[in-house]
Amino acid sequence: MDRPDAPPPGAGMPGPDRGPEPAAGERRFTVSYLTRVEGEGSLHLRVRDGTVLEAKLGIFEAPRYFERLVVGRTPDEVIDIVARICGICPVAYQMSAVHAFEDAFGVAIDPSVRALRRLLYCGEWIQSHALHVYLLHAPDFLGYPSAIAMAADHRAVVERGLALKKVGNRIISVLGARSIHPVSVRVGGFSHVPRRDELERLRPALDEAIELARETVAMVAGFRAPDFSRQPRLVSLRHETEYPFNEGRIVSSDGLDLAPGRWDDAFEEEQVEYSNALQARTKEGQVYLLGPAARVTLAGDRLHPLAAEALERTGLREAIRTNIYWSIAARAVELLHAVAEAREIIDAYRPPAAPAVPWSPRPGRAAWATEAPRGLLFHHYQVDERGLVAAARIVPPTSQNQAAIEQDLALFAPRVLDLPQAEATLRLEQLIRSYDPCISCATHFLDLTIEES
Amino acid sequence: MAGPAPSVPPAVARPRVGVVKFASCDGCQLTLLDLEDELLEIAARFDIVEFPEASSSRSEGPYDVLLVEGSISTPEQAEQIIELRRQAKLLVTIGACATAGGIQALRNWADHDAFRAAVYPRPEYVASLDRATPVADHVPVDAALRGCPIGIGQLRELLTSLILGRRPEIRDEAVCAECKRRGAVCVLVATGTPCLGPVTQGGCGALCPRWGRGCYGCFGPREGANVASLTGTFLAGGRERPDVGRLFAGFTAWAEPFRTVVGELGGVAGASNAGGGGGADAGRTAGAGAATGGGAGDPGNPGAGRTAGAASDPVAGGHDGQA
Repeated sequence: MDRPDAPPPGAGMPGPDRGPEPAAGERRFTVSYLTRVEGEGSLHLRVRDGTVLEAKLGIFEAPRYFERLVVGRTPDEVIDIVARICGICPVAYQMSAVHAFEDAFGVAIDPSVRALRRLLYCGEWIQSHALHVYLLHAPDFLGYPSAIAMAADHRAVVERGLALKKVGNRIISVLGARSIHPVSVRVGGFSHVPRRDELERLRPALDEAIELARETVAMVAGFRAPDFSRQPRLVSLRHETEYPFNEGRIVSSDGLDLAPGRWDDAFEEEQVEYSNALQARTKEGQVYLLGPAARVTLAGDRLHPLAAEALERTGLREAIRTNIYWSIAARAVELLHAVAEAREIIDAYRPPAAPAVPWSPRPGRAAWATEAPRGLLFHHYQVDERGLVAAARIVPPTSQNQAAIEQDLALFAPRVLDLPQAEATLRLEQLIRSYDPCISCATHFLDLTIEES
Repeated sequence: MAGPAPSVPPAVARPRVGVVKFASCDGCQLTLLDLEDELLEIAARFDIVEFPEASSSRSEGPYDVLLVEGSISTPEQAEQIIELRRQAKLLVTIGACATAGGIQALRNWADHDAFRAAVYPRPEYVASLDRATPVADHVPVDAALRGCPIGIGQLRELLTSLILGRRPEIRDEAVCAECKRRGAVCVLVATGTPCLGPVTQGGCGALCPRWGRGCYGCFGPREGANVASLTGTFLAGGRERPDVGRLFAGFTAWAEPFRTVVGELGGVAGASNAGGGGGADAGRTAGAGAATGGGAGDPGNPGAGRTAGAASDPVAGGHDGQA
């Protein structure tokens, strides 16, 4: 994991001031603006005599107040608005919202619409995972500051990533008119559904993508990652028959089993001073981890046979569970899964009788969780007598992972303290990127400072 | 574009480009990475010196071209944009947040402290300005790409024009014109679906009408748009004033004349609701207030489980949006 150049201090978009000068004997490590993550965050670590006193993942992405912006709006308006929380995973926001409302209103969607919703999610997973694996994360393993710099020596690798990303974006665009903030998801179904031939046109690109995704799994399995093993508490959805996207129960590595709308029975959020994000923990105060590593561990038996086979060939199943650096392998396996599943959905597609079924709102609680590319995304709305949202709570995956990231930073930091400052800081920033944090999402959410006492 | 006309960019062999963001979802800068077929060619033609979402190599400038995403929403951002403007020969805003304020500008009608308290149990930890505003409210802007997100074709055209040293060819026409050219059925005429196409700047390719729904105005108002006529049509169809106001209260609500429509018809907590519909809005206010203040005591309240913050009325003290 060598990379030549660390970010220079005081570059174009600085974070906020990280407080007073270190006390005598303290060492401080700071990354004031984390790069190759979505959104704006920082890392701050304070160390004395080789002991980590404090590890903070700061999130200075400006607050945008989405939970208030949706008050007084109709369910369909909410679906459009919450997409804007994140340009990388807008479909995830649309999916958690639409399922919450449909569950609350007793709407039974057409099975073909259900399949198209899964296909839409496949498209988002493919573009988001390809973006992270190739453009944001692989440069850490291959020793470059960016995918563009990496392309000078590894052009075929970058082109493969871009080709995969494009397939994901094409799927989203066919269903939702555009790949970022697609427009067609409505309560009851879609505003418009594709004809069979429009989906079949994706088939050749998906056939090619199967091979590209297999090569991706093989490539990342050949990377060298630090030996950093721990036993995280993992949380994801788990479905009786499917790999979890839109549906399933909330399960954990220590036996939790909840309906997808009951996240708040077991978890809660708290606010910390240095962050514009709220951090989540279990009600017992325990830290947990979401995302590809959690899903592969808790629902790996539901992977598409092609993805399951590729995972077995890597021999990394246990490493994925215990070492966050290997999340890149989990992401690659899921990329293959999403491509394979997308192809099957397209082959089986019959257009629904109507793009959407009629529905009417009911007052009360509307809550659901789906699996965003970065992990479980919980939405909870209170709907009033007029069918408008009266209150909302949105819990994105990155704010749930934030405490786990800080815990891992504190655990990992002692290994790098003997390295030169810039090198140590870089290693810590790489650890954070392994989580694929999406800071835009969590702000209501990232800047790296390490301080040594 | 309603914004300043794009000026002819400087003729530079390999322009130094920065891509930065303020309050936003990252979607518009992601559009650059979504140019999958051209990305490596773009990287060869442009020296991308600052793009923290995609690269750990950083630069404080100067930049030949600076692409700015996001609206100005915190005191730090208001300072940073001034310094970035000094470093940029050509500053281009990308997307509805930077160009029009974005969805977060809906808070501009409301009482900011109450908004903060509704989301954060300890609002004093969060620094943000009373209003989320477009970049052009702070510094001169040379060109603006609209949309939520920007149109990928318009971004390609902008980059091409920068290389060729000519003005970008961005059509000034309504979404309706794009609809007609593509032979799409008019959703307003055919199904009575409210559509902002007649008053909205084109550039998306009339995506919403072609996908069976009304345009929601994400490219913002056309200059000289006759919104009075369109709102009149919607109201004559028997819709309530706040229901019509909400149609305009989207991703470009803070851009005139949409801003005036929202202010007059209501539909956003804190926007005035002159001439009717006040009762409905009052009901919404009470609901929102209760939800905001409820906190820990009410298991049905999404806010429950967060330490309760200041339970001030989120709406009563709101701005009228016209200041």
